[in-house]
Parts: sequence; structure tokens; C-alpha cells
Amino acid sequence: MASVHEQIDNEVKTNDVVLFMKGTPQFPQCGFSSQVVQILEYLGVPYKSVNVLESADMRQGVKDYTNWPTVPQLYVKGEFVGGCDIVREMFQSGELTTHMTTAGIPAKQVAQA
Amino acid sequence: MAMDATEIERMIKEALPDAQVEIRDLAGDGNHYAANVVSPSFKGKTRIQQHQIVYAALKGNMGGVLHALALQTAAE
Repeated sequence: MASVHEQIDNEVKTNDVVLFMKGTPQFPQCGFSSQVVQILEYLGVPYKSVNVLESADMRQGVKDYTNWPTVPQLYVKGEFVGGCDIVREMFQSGELTTHMTTAGIPAKQVAQA
Repeated sequence: MAMDATEIERMIKEALPDAQVEIRDLAGDGNHYAANVVSPSFKGKTRIQQHQIVYAALKGNMGGVLHALALQTAAE
């Protein structure tokens, strides 16, 4: 069986957008995870979600994988974009849409406040 | 388990002596805080790197004892 590191590596390299979260998009188990889900769904970005609560190894493994101590974690084209704070900041400034479209992923424009 | 705001501020300032640190308690449970950290040493670093510096300053408490720290960082 592949190590947790290999599993994570495989997920982020074979899916354009991956969200490691607590719970699922339908039933998020944490406010921060659900915030990122709402942002991705608002932008209409297709993504793969991974519920880290399903395995303690995964929950710790994802923190070690990118030296980031919390979940959720968003990856685009294999690159760690950020946790809830950074994703929300990027979303509000429109930077997240630019980041997605530059990576070739369709994303809705955000009306500037 | 919990941390208090002064402890978080002390740890960040220990690692970043030149930082201005502002901590807000979000829930009063010692577990959910917001922190605004401004430090010239962040200059030229990505947001992710800036946040990692603050997490390192908290010496492993982040994500464990401290459940949530809504972080905003800036170089100036």
C-alpha cells in the first residue's frame, strides 16, 4: 500500500484542484473547511475533495507534506495555494480567479467590492 | 487545552522581535484567535512563507493546542 505521502502526492498531481478538508463538501465538519468549499463552489471551480478525518495518517500526513499545520489545504496543479485565510484573502481580491485561469482552470470573475 | 493572547503574542515577538502583533480573541475559549502580524522581515516572502514563519514561532502549538488562528501578515 502506498505511503500517505505518496497518496497525497498522487492526489495533488493527478487532479487539477484538490481540497484537503475536514468532512465532505456536503457535510463539512469545520467552519474553515466549509468556507473554502463555498468559495470554490461560488467560483464554479471543479475540484476533488479529500476528507482528512477518514484517517489519522492522512490528517497528519497532509500537514507534513507541505509543512502547514492546519486543514483545510487547497492545491492547484500540484502547488499548495493556502489554507482558509489565504484562500479567502485571494478570493476577495480576485487573485484566486486569476490564479485559477492562469493555471487553465475555468473560474468565475469576482465583482470587486 | 488553550492558549491566551499574551502567550501567543510573546511567542511571535520572541521569533520576530521587530514585529507589530495584534491579537483578537474570536470566541473567548482560548482556542480561536485572529492575529495581525506586521514585520519588515516578511519583505519579499510569499504569504505562505510569512504564515509559516508565524506558525514556526508558535512551536508546534498551531493546529494542536491552538485550534484556530486567523492570520493576516504584511511586511509593512
